[in-house]
Amino acid sequence: MTTMTDPPRESFRLSMLLYDSRYRSMTIQIIVLMGFMLGAAWLINNAVQNLAEAGKTFSFRFMSEPSGYDINQRLIDYSSRSTHARAAVVGILNTLLVALMGCIAATVLGVILGILRLSKNWMVSRLAAVYVEAMRNVPVLLWIVLTMAIMVEFMPTPREFRGEEPEARMYLFDSVAITNRGVYIPDPKFANGLGDIPVAISLRPEGCESYLEGGELADSCGLFQISLDLWLIIAVLLAGIFTAKLNVKRANRIQAATGERPNTLWVNLAVIILPTLAVLWYLGFYLEKPVFDRYNFKGGIYMRNSLIALWLALLLYTAAFIAEIVRAGILAIPKGQSEAAAALGLRQGKIMRLVILPQAWRVIFPPLISQFLNLTKNSSLAIGVGYMDVTGTLGGITLNQTGREMETVLLLMLVYLVISLSISSVMNAYNKRNALKER
Amino acid sequence: MKKSVFLGALTIAGLAATASVASTLDDVKARGKLNCGVSTGLVGFAAPDANGRWNGFDVAVCRAVAAAVLGDSDAVNFVPTTGKTRFTALASGEVDMLARNTTWTFTRDVDLKFEFVGVNYYDGQGFMVPKSLGVSSAKELDGATVCIQTGTTTELNLADYFRSNNMSYEPVPIETNAEAQQQFLAGACDTLTTDASGLAATRAAFENPDDFVVLPEIISKEPLGPLVRHGDNQWGDIVRWVLNGLISAEELGITSANVDELAKGTNNPEINRMLGTEGNLGEMLGLDKEWLIRAIKVSGNYGEIFEANIGEKTPLGLSRGLNAQWTEGGLIYSPPFR
Repeated sequence: MTTMTDPPRESFRLSMLLYDSRYRSMTIQIIVLMGFMLGAAWLINNAVQNLAEAGKTFSFRFMSEPSGYDINQRLIDYSSRSTHARAAVVGILNTLLVALMGCIAATVLGVILGILRLSKNWMVSRLAAVYVEAMRNVPVLLWIVLTMAIMVEFMPTPREFRGEEPEARMYLFDSVAITNRGVYIPDPKFANGLGDIPVAISLRPEGCESYLEGGELADSCGLFQISLDLWLIIAVLLAGIFTAKLNVKRANRIQAATGERPNTLWVNLAVIILPTLAVLWYLGFYLEKPVFDRYNFKGGIYMRNSLIALWLALLLYTAAFIAEIVRAGILAIPKGQSEAAAALGLRQGKIMRLVILPQAWRVIFPPLISQFLNLTKNSSLAIGVGYMDVTGTLGGITLNQTGREMETVLLLMLVYLVISLSISSVMNAYNKRNALKER
Repeated sequence: MKKSVFLGALTIAGLAATASVASTLDDVKARGKLNCGVSTGLVGFAAPDANGRWNGFDVAVCRAVAAAVLGDSDAVNFVPTTGKTRFTALASGEVDMLARNTTWTFTRDVDLKFEFVGVNYYDGQGFMVPKSLGVSSAKELDGATVCIQTGTTTELNLADYFRSNNMSYEPVPIETNAEAQQQFLAGACDTLTTDASGLAATRAAFENPDDFVVLPEIISKEPLGPLVRHGDNQWGDIVRWVLNGLISAEELGITSANVDELAKGTNNPEINRMLGTEGNLGEMLGLDKEWLIRAIKVSGNYGEIFEANIGEKTPLGLSRGLNAQWTEGGLIYSPPFR
């Protein structure tokens, strides 16, 4: 039936792999792949051989043995009897904590600086430029060490808060203490709280006996514990926000029907704040102030100087890069946009907020992701100030005490890889949703 | 990306490990220099002086080995290592031996595949506090902030000590001794803990050493000594017997001053065997006859080295204590040269 004539039948010759453009690219790819695999095999074989020669085995069994060391900052229960694996998790959480705090603060500061740098006020824009150039052209490790040195050398020691006539004073009604070991702030507590719930008791049953019999809950029970109080407050808060949104919808409907918009502000504030306050009152919310005791302050939340130094340095450094990204993003929006907005009678601030930034955001976002990744990876410089992130626990003390360089370094890389890939996949998904849809 | 990172690590591990194949003695001879891992600077034990020349108790061991093997006590590359980097440096072949306040423990010997050739200082972990803190015992340190050098046995002892005494503490992990000093002096920690000898050395370097005290409690056993890699027994033997030679020299009264005199022959056969006038101990090690003469000549016998670097007349002011010869009630004891 076909009207096409068959192409002339040609027998396949070996030289066609190279000279026939139909096969050539395939040939090249296969050769490259083979070369790559040979190289990989050689490297792996070399490592295995040399490890064997040095008498080292490759095993992760050490991860389930007691670590033997203490970690100062831990977001989950941990003691020197816990395993190396748990020490690694404590480190990962510390990494995530400083990365999260850093990313949020760096974005806020970066956006402000980026806008300031475009200010028409010569002084302001020059100052912003000086800041950006100074911060981003000095290695971040130096900023971290410098911040730490300033904290350690110039803040008062906790001992200076001692006695009737202390040399140093606390701030905000004696509730905040800034020392050279860190900052103590009040800790929110609940007098008749609902307590905590242990998760995955079967995985870490130590200390659960009394809890299972209806008694007190020990800190070491369960893989981790969640605070019921916190979840209750978050739930009430979210419910309030949801109700407020319904209220706004209702107002929109009335406005569309009658042209008059009922006032929503007070109702919204009331539905969000009042139930939350009621829950706080019910739980017996109070702030526990830090109090000096023999060597250090007791009570309150202790933000260690290592955390603050690392966080500050990372945020100030990354903010400089973000400022440039924001500036570029804003400059990418055609001038006509702001002129048109001005012609509509919008003021400078509103033009920026309502017209320029929403469009610039799309340009800013993709490079912003890589800055977030940079900040997260830079947090591994924490060891410079003794912050116990995952490089400090798994890649530091665990590596050293067990002597398993290969295993711990591979694990460490895997951890950073997973963290980075998760951040970038979440951010990319968000970016895709917000990117300009062209048809 | 994952793969390339993985390969990168393998390359590094592979390259690092290839260095350790040939015999260490041949390597050192071919290089003409001994690579000796020392601390990053601990007065009395290993620290460069004003002219950049390394001096100290541990450094003397390196120099003695270099003199025995290469005939030149200055043919040493001193490689400063931190508590964290030292084992990797030794295992990868970056250094031929470590002489760096390193505690001999089971896991380091067996699991990390090192060979401790002996003990040159019997130490124990202590605490230093400012006098103004008003503390007289480590038992009063409940709740204190403690500066520790990370990557050391100190860290583990500290955790055990506070745990077994039901006390809490706040560890501040620090990478090097210099940083630890700075943080301690600035009051960022209440107490500094490390080996008692290290505390004495650190305190001696302070501007006002008298404002600080070392607490009486010693919470651990810390036998410090030089170490080499597992697997090269000849090299291990050389370092071991140079150390033993320095110790025996003190016991037998061989000093840097009289070694030349004694090398002409004595009627003590052990001295003769050590100094090469009798037997061929040097050859058995793969060295020549005068190996130990040269080693002793560098800075004297064990006692001389001790007195010159960390003894009572130095700023450190350490008494011999456990580190006296066994004949004088101490633990320092060398197997016989026979």
